[in-house]
Amino acid sequence: MDFLNAIILLLNFTILPALTYGSQLALGAMFVTLIYGVLRFANFATGDMMSFGTMFSVLLTYYFQSIGINFGILPTALLTIPFAVFMMIFYMLTIDKFVFSYYRIKKSPPVQLAMVSVGVMFVTQAIIRIIIGPSDRRFLDGEKFILKATEFKEMTGLNEGLTIKSTQIITVLVTIIVVSIMFWFLNKTKTGTSMRAYSDNEDLALLSGIDPKKVVLITWIIAGILATIGGILYGLDKSYRPFVYFNNMLPIFAAAIVGGIGNPYGAFLGGYVIAFAEIFLTYAYKKFFSYILPESLEPSSLVQLLSTDYKFAISFSILVIVLLFRPSGIFEGKKI
Amino acid sequence: MTFFEGNNMTAGYNNGPDIINSCTVKADKGEIVALLGPNGAGKSTVMKALLGLLKLKKGNVLINGEDISNLKPQERVKKGISFVPQTRNVFAELTVKENLEVGAFLRTDNIQNVIDEIFELFPVLSEKKNQIVGELSGGQRQQVALGRALMIKPSVLMLDEPTAGVSPIVMDELFEHIIKIKKTNVAVIMVEQNAKQALTISDRGYVLVTGQNKFEGLGKDLLKDPEVRRSFLGA
Repeated sequence: MDFLNAIILLLNFTILPALTYGSQLALGAMFVTLIYGVLRFANFATGDMMSFGTMFSVLLTYYFQSIGINFGILPTALLTIPFAVFMMIFYMLTIDKFVFSYYRIKKSPPVQLAMVSVGVMFVTQAIIRIIIGPSDRRFLDGEKFILKATEFKEMTGLNEGLTIKSTQIITVLVTIIVVSIMFWFLNKTKTGTSMRAYSDNEDLALLSGIDPKKVVLITWIIAGILATIGGILYGLDKSYRPFVYFNNMLPIFAAAIVGGIGNPYGAFLGGYVIAFAEIFLTYAYKKFFSYILPESLEPSSLVQLLSTDYKFAISFSILVIVLLFRPSGIFEGKKI
Repeated sequence: MTFFEGNNMTAGYNNGPDIINSCTVKADKGEIVALLGPNGAGKSTVMKALLGLLKLKKGNVLINGEDISNLKPQERVKKGISFVPQTRNVFAELTVKENLEVGAFLRTDNIQNVIDEIFELFPVLSEKKNQIVGELSGGQRQQVALGRALMIKPSVLMLDEPTAGVSPIVMDELFEHIIKIKKTNVAVIMVEQNAKQALTISDRGYVLVTGQNKFEGLGKDLLKDPEVRRSFLGA
């Protein structure tokens, strides 16, 4: 019984949250890797672009609520995804047209484009602050829990409760759907193959008649979908706060680099690597050990390896370790 | 009039000096034309000019009598001119089959029978069709590169040093493939360092020196020409 309690404890406080957080990071990391693979620069505006898309979802959710539209037990925000994605893509294409395309046509070095993206990041942050402000917003509605701790305890008679939040299930399901469609698109369609070809060998792709403008357009569209959905899922699960999105850039970049930047499979798995590492290393295991160890050995401290304040240090350490020992990422496999 | 011709081409990179000067190269369907010459003679530049990667200052490029001097490389590809660069001539991260599919990107008809034809021409590719090209040997990669270029069913195929960096055995094999390609009624223009072997399989050859035509003639005549032999064939 104690053993089961320990498992449930871990499941409730580490595995489920890590799966959820990992999915959110995975979507962001795939965004980074896609931009890097096709457009060849590290997009520092990643976090804020996710925030930008989410902002529309928040505003539209408020609007939908005010006119009485809801999605039953599901969050209204899910209904807003198509509109938010559309606005996000529109914003990205505008930015691309007025900012990035100039440097792309000039064939500027990637580091210059990365610096340009820092500029885009600041502008995006400013726009977000003007439109919605920096404060914390919750826009989750509908049924909050699929399984409540008390219900679980009653059902099983265990001491430990298992809480399954609806956002956790929604996050994982939506991620599976989005990622499957994206991989199918990249690997099985003509346009997807042309994107991979362009990313692999730009000159030869041009000689084969691939239109670079179309590749860039499709890349921004997919990137817009990934960023917006990733951002909305994160916002639903935690809350929408622009500054937090900016902070998330570090774990997202870490995930993309751990997976081997330019490799979407790696980025997807990298998201989970980072999430699990962050949560496992900052979880206080006192209660867990009190279940599995005899009373005499029960730990007196929290048995927490690192304070949660240091969770960014974990992403950063993983990033540095990977860059030192496996700079091409820990996952072998096809690049985009 | 020949099928594909570049007449009196003068061109250079950006605002730099002219690399080729009044250079003329012609090729008919079903013949192999070799471009030879010492390093820096402008052989590759001639190809780039024919393909439209360089802007001509003078001269023109004609295919089947039509002036295509002002078309972009992509538009020339649509006219049936295919090019195999010397380096990075395959999509190393894609499979053999995907490489061929990308090669046929401009085709809207059913490409499966073209792929089958390519597999017939290069049987080894058929065996490895689902393998990542980066994992293939140098000779096999060159075959992928040729196969990719043939997917648009070109009437002109330009090869920039197709045998660079492969062993002599593989080189002979590649030359055999090039002869097979020529027999499908394609005009093949190739730049080669292995001048002797190239001339042996070529119908005609051009020897360029400092961006100008120095000698031209039938392959076997050039091979015999004492001056060409002394200057470029090292014997």
